[in-house]
Amino acid sequence: MSSAQPDWAAIDQDPRFQALHKKKTTFLWGLMLFSTAYYFLLPVGAAYFQDLFKIKVWGPVNVGILFALSEFIVAWTIAGIYARRANREYDAMAAEIVRDARSIGGAE
Amino acid sequence: MIRRTPSLIAGAAALLSSGIACASTGAVADEYKWMTFAVFGAIIAITMYITFWAAKQTHTTSEFYAAGRSVTGLQNGWAIAGDYLSAASFLGIAGLISLYGYDGFMYSVGWLVAYITVLLVIAEPCRNIGKYTLGDILAFRNHPKASKTVAALSTITVSTFYLTAQMVGGGVLIKTLIGIDYYISVIGVGVLMLAYVVFGGMKATTWVQIIKAVLLVTASILLVLLTWSQYGFSLPGFLQAVVDDPKVQAQVAKLVGDAATTMTPQELGQRFLEPGLFLKSPIDQISLGMALVLGTAGMPHILMRFFTVPTAQAARTSVLWAMGIIGGFYVLTLFLGMGAAINVGSGVISNMDPGGNMAAPLLAQYAGGGADSVLGNLFLAFVAAVAFATIVAVVAGLVLAAASAMAHDIYVGVIKGDHASPQEQVIAARVSSVIVGVLAIIVGIAAEGQNVAHLVALAFAVAASSNLPAVFLTLYWKRANTYGIVLGMLVGAISAIALVLVSPNMTYPKTAIKDAQKVLQGEPAQPAKPAVAAVEASSFACELFALDGCVKSEPAKPAALEKPAKPGAPEKLASLQASLPSLTDTQAIEAAQKDIAKLEKDIAKAEGTLKKMEGQTTSMAGLEKPFFLLKNPGLISIPLGFLMVILGSLLFRDKRAEEMWEELYVRQNTGINAEAASAH
Repeated sequence: MSSAQPDWAAIDQDPRFQALHKKKTTFLWGLMLFSTAYYFLLPVGAAYFQDLFKIKVWGPVNVGILFALSEFIVAWTIAGIYARRANREYDAMAAEIVRDARSIGGAE
Repeated sequence: MIRRTPSLIAGAAALLSSGIACASTGAVADEYKWMTFAVFGAIIAITMYITFWAAKQTHTTSEFYAAGRSVTGLQNGWAIAGDYLSAASFLGIAGLISLYGYDGFMYSVGWLVAYITVLLVIAEPCRNIGKYTLGDILAFRNHPKASKTVAALSTITVSTFYLTAQMVGGGVLIKTLIGIDYYISVIGVGVLMLAYVVFGGMKATTWVQIIKAVLLVTASILLVLLTWSQYGFSLPGFLQAVVDDPKVQAQVAKLVGDAATTMTPQELGQRFLEPGLFLKSPIDQISLGMALVLGTAGMPHILMRFFTVPTAQAARTSVLWAMGIIGGFYVLTLFLGMGAAINVGSGVISNMDPGGNMAAPLLAQYAGGGADSVLGNLFLAFVAAVAFATIVAVVAGLVLAAASAMAHDIYVGVIKGDHASPQEQVIAARVSSVIVGVLAIIVGIAAEGQNVAHLVALAFAVAASSNLPAVFLTLYWKRANTYGIVLGMLVGAISAIALVLVSPNMTYPKTAIKDAQKVLQGEPAQPAKPAVAAVEASSFACELFALDGCVKSEPAKPAALEKPAKPGAPEKLASLQASLPSLTDTQAIEAAQKDIAKLEKDIAKAEGTLKKMEGQTTSMAGLEKPFFLLKNPGLISIPLGFLMVILGSLLFRDKRAEEMWEELYVRQNTGINAEAASAH
């Protein structure tokens, strides 16, 4: 590892880093809020919307069971969406910044 | 009263063990125990070989704490699953489903959703800026000594709660399963785990967890295949069998009480698939949900796993694998639990263990051909061995986390001011592991017979109220600083613990004595009662605390018929024993003897409670009844933890935390200068 530290403030100010930061922040907060809200719908529904949860839709399978199973699907889907976006977009954006890290801010 | 015809008990026990093995000797019958030992012996042999191999490669601190950061994403995913799927979750949730149906399944969801938080906000940044411990992450921009001290305190607290629950729960479990003495199993678990951790460090621990997770998942898939195949792998077909099962219907009738008289058997069966049989308080559930979803991301032994992979990308991959494995496993528990409910029956399950922990093992026995078959016992033996391996693996991960806090944060970071030779650091790590491991064994033995179930929830609540706010705000909030995290971590942890101390989780002698007396003396006749409308709590605070002038919320109650007096257990026992000689049908005799054994157990338990509680009127915290009404403190302590970090950071200034922000933020997002994998 080289002794010269990159110029962190300069990287932070770099438009490419700012773009990465902005994209990531909105995307992550959106996913996080959605997944939390969706998760807490389950205990709330089970407590306050029991009549809805009891409706049978597929033989004995009721809305409650399907909703609980959907929690798993939704969790996996969110993970998948994030991973896809991170692998395709964020990793490449970060790699570019890393490549130029020592030249940003004129530390050559 | 106490000396009651022992020959009868012996007779009943002998009869019982020919059917279902009696609880006092363990679920695995004596003649098949060698199978359990053979399976477990094989697991020990393989893991010991791995430990030997790992020990030869474990020389530096990075190798000891982080397996040289050479674990792949896939391997780490399995190891996280191995770390996370403790005996409580694998036996406990299947058990809850087998006894309470839908609510048990609902409970399992939070454990998976928790990984969304880990994936989105914790795993990659922590890998990019961290080194070995939670303390390292916080010390990046905060005052190193102060943040390492609180982080270590919190890590040790969380690990101790979780560790105690695992040790005590594991000891009881092994006793119920195999009949091994409590002390021997606690010491056995402790010694094995110490061997893995002290010699093999993180590398051995990782592989023990991977092996255990693979075994657990394989066993579960096989069991589900066997159980579900009878119904042509149809979900409605399988659940229809649950609804139609008379054992399930009887269990629901028992749970809903008087309401059952107006329900058809079909309605009773269907009720098993609907919410509300176990989890009664929605606010408590939301509180628990918060602790799970935020606590997992603050668990030191889970955080530590992200330092074992070479890059942030590998950390991401490992969470994805872990989510697939953990989520898939919880979906399987739906079939395990429901399968146990129809094939074994909740009566048999709760008779062996009131918490339902024996549901999966008994289902395994059934699936192989029953209690008298060789295959059935081989299956049971296999599940018992996996349970043992599970406890050892989880405990190993926790000990490593606590030892790293002690050695790396406290000894090297605070006492030595980060000036310790590499050699000294590895010795400190190994010595700390021995200290923590030996303490775990001592605590495990000392806590025998204590109710430790709430300690797992408490560990998650402390992690969510103390560790998570500090880590989260350090990573994402520019203004966060040393004062904030010290204040937030202390207040978060202390409030979570204090609320549990005054919660319904504690034992309240007056209630305990009343319940025990009810068992012994029966209940007087009750006149018919008219229907009562639901009562709303007088304010939201009254839902949480037993304040003066509060009206407690009560659900609506339907009109109740007149209830005859219930006889006490000794009275019932006497009449059963009197009727025994007149019985001729072998089935009736067997059933009566089973009831007698159960009554004997109930009486002994009630008498034990009375004796233990004699002269006591208040709980550990000096209360006659709970002050805090929820079982889980998360709803209050988590926002409090966040609030205190924010408050402390705004009130005081810390130049270093401000100056380091840009470096931290750039590094956590890009991985520049992240700790590299060690070359071999």
